[in-house]
Amino acid sequence: MNWDKKDLLGIKELSKEEILLILNTTDSFKDISKREIKKVPTLRGKTVITLFYEPSTRTRTSFEIAAKRLSADTINISASTSSYVKGETLKDTAKNLESMKPDAIIIRHSMPGAPHMLSKIVDSSIINGGDGAHEHPTQALLDLYTMREKKGKIDGLKIAIIGDIAHSRVARSNIFALRHFKTEIICSGPPTMIPPYLDSLGVRVEYDMNRAVTNADVIMMLRIQKERGGISYIPSIKEYSTIYGLKKEHVKKAKKDVIIMHPGPMNRGVEITDEVADGPYSVILDQVENGVAVRMAILYLLIGREA
Amino acid sequence: MKILIKNGRVIDPRHGTDEKLDIYINGNIIERIDKHIREKGSNIRVIDASRHIVSPGLIDVHTHLREPGYEYKETIKTGTMAAAKGGFTTIVCMANTDPVNDNKSVTEFIVKQSKLEGVCRVFPCGAITKGLKGEELSEMGEMYEAGIVAISDDGKSVKNAELLRKALEYARLFAIPAISHCEDEDLSKGYVHEGHASLLSGLEANPSIAEEIIVRRDIAIAEYVGSPIHLTHISTRGSVEAINKAKKQYRKITCDTCPHYFTLTDEATLTFDTNTKVNPPLRSKEDVAAIKEGLRNNTIDIIATDHAPHDFTSKDVEFNIATYGISGLETAFALSLSLVREGVLTLNELLKRFTVNPAKFLNLPYGELAPGKAADLIIFNPDREWVVDKDKFLSKGKNTPFHGWKLKGKNLLTIVDGNIVYRDNTF
Ligand SMILES: [Zn+2]
Repeated sequence: MNWDKKDLLGIKELSKEEILLILNTTDSFKDISKREIKKVPTLRGKTVITLFYEPSTRTRTSFEIAAKRLSADTINISASTSSYVKGETLKDTAKNLESMKPDAIIIRHSMPGAPHMLSKIVDSSIINGGDGAHEHPTQALLDLYTMREKKGKIDGLKIAIIGDIAHSRVARSNIFALRHFKTEIICSGPPTMIPPYLDSLGVRVEYDMNRAVTNADVIMMLRIQKERGGISYIPSIKEYSTIYGLKKEHVKKAKKDVIIMHPGPMNRGVEITDEVADGPYSVILDQVENGVAVRMAILYLLIGREA
Repeated sequence: MKILIKNGRVIDPRHGTDEKLDIYINGNIIERIDKHIREKGSNIRVIDASRHIVSPGLIDVHTHLREPGYEYKETIKTGTMAAAKGGFTTIVCMANTDPVNDNKSVTEFIVKQSKLEGVCRVFPCGAITKGLKGEELSEMGEMYEAGIVAISDDGKSVKNAELLRKALEYARLFAIPAISHCEDEDLSKGYVHEGHASLLSGLEANPSIAEEIIVRRDIAIAEYVGSPIHLTHISTRGSVEAINKAKKQYRKITCDTCPHYFTLTDEATLTFDTNTKVNPPLRSKEDVAAIKEGLRNNTIDIIATDHAPHDFTSKDVEFNIATYGISGLETAFALSLSLVREGVLTLNELLKRFTVNPAKFLNLPYGELAPGKAADLIIFNPDREWVVDKDKFLSKGKNTPFHGWKLKGKNLLTIVDGNIVYRDNTF
């Protein structure tokens, strides 16, 4: 299996073989982060730009560390979506960046399809760092990697995804990825946050959270997307946390070796209690750690190998 | 000028004509339609239409000419040139210009400019409310005197039901129909159809009920006051079903759909190509099937283009901020001819939806071929293949999702008021 894509725009476009290639490549990069000198020359002389139209310290830093550990030069550009008002379109920005000849551009944008548009304009490899409610492929890959690492496999897992599914790119990308495996996916959340036609993706919808988490191998909590108007889909945060906040009782209903995941940043006390977030089943920090390795693997596959 | 069109297969749904005939045009009217008309005298231009079809010129009840105000997107001149190329000899232009066509001076301007620079007939549609704001009735009477043939706030619904009621009642003074753009604004905050494709793309979506609720509401209001109502660019199965049912009990309902609603599905938006961004949005496979069924069973009376030309930069941006619409005049007829090959409509039934039905709806003396009538006709070949090339569009709007598509069926010649206003270079 060889990687032959210019970009990583979404999980939807990946085959199972490509997903497995990324996960297997990640294995070899995970070691680097454990060494005393966490640096290899793989991407020396390469330039990686992070172009973030939405603030996200977590994802941006993870990409930056990944690039630096591979010896790439990194440049961070934070553009506000309000720059549209000033007349600078994504296209103009992209053309400017292209003239600087970067090897890869990681883009985070509030609008679905922005990375796809960028990939048509520039020759650099484009990595989707999250586009609106569409996709967040590197998050899904690090989630799969973490599941495989903790459970030893992906096939056979029962995964409960809880929260604002409708506005979640993390949920979408995870579902697209998990569909390649023999998994059981149960989505739970307030009916206003479950997108219509969700069952057409082979997902089971269970509004009752207690039933959704019963016998789950993985519980994946999602954040309320305040920036996408998430609040208007529920009567109050208080009521939401009462009904859909992950508490100890829920964890008890799951498998004994359940893992609790969250893409971060967490709204502690809203979708997850401190007790669970910091408890023994939580792999939230492992996700962060694996995020760097997965992103190293992706950068390597996209721009690291000489033709 | 005298023109003799020889040996064409003449199809005119209004008169049930479908046979090889000659048509003799004298000045701006058709003088004779008959077998083997012999040319006499000089100064007669003879056109050989054997192997082609001659039909009345097409009528579009829903065109956006961007003049006044957005001449960089389209002008009356370029829009009518595109219309003529597409086979249209009469078009109705919507009121969302700048200034809005909500008073007689704008109507007069459009009428005057159309006579000056237009190559086909243009009839303005006046706004229902001032500035399309949905607050006060526009001066329909004065606009009627100046030449409007219908009223519409196209682009949005008249949100206030009481105001729509008044508009329908008031318009009875002039016996002009209202054209309703059916969209509940609270339910339609998104950019694409709510369905499987929007689930995949994550694009904010509009449910089909956003359209269907207003379809039902506007029919109910029209029926209550006894006025005619025309529902434009119908796109969903629910709308077709509601209209079909309502028509059985109330006869003053008409509706149209556009070629993109029976040609493309919401799957096309998965490319994030902004040329697939239209309002109402491209719908599901089931909706497309229902639109075809609605055309077949006479629920849908008319095919309109909703020609919505835009400049390049309005579309060359992210999906969410791109403008809505397809530059449709130059592809509409060819796309519609596929309905004949699919067996949805006979050629005669298809032409009905482009000629006699819109003429009847607008109360215009066009859309038919008969002695003494205006010489508005086209010669087309339903089998001629061509490839859509947006760069060859006569419209300033190059925004089409059909660029590069191979289509079958081409308009070859357009005559408006006795003048040849378009001739294909292969004919
Ligand atoms: Zn409209």
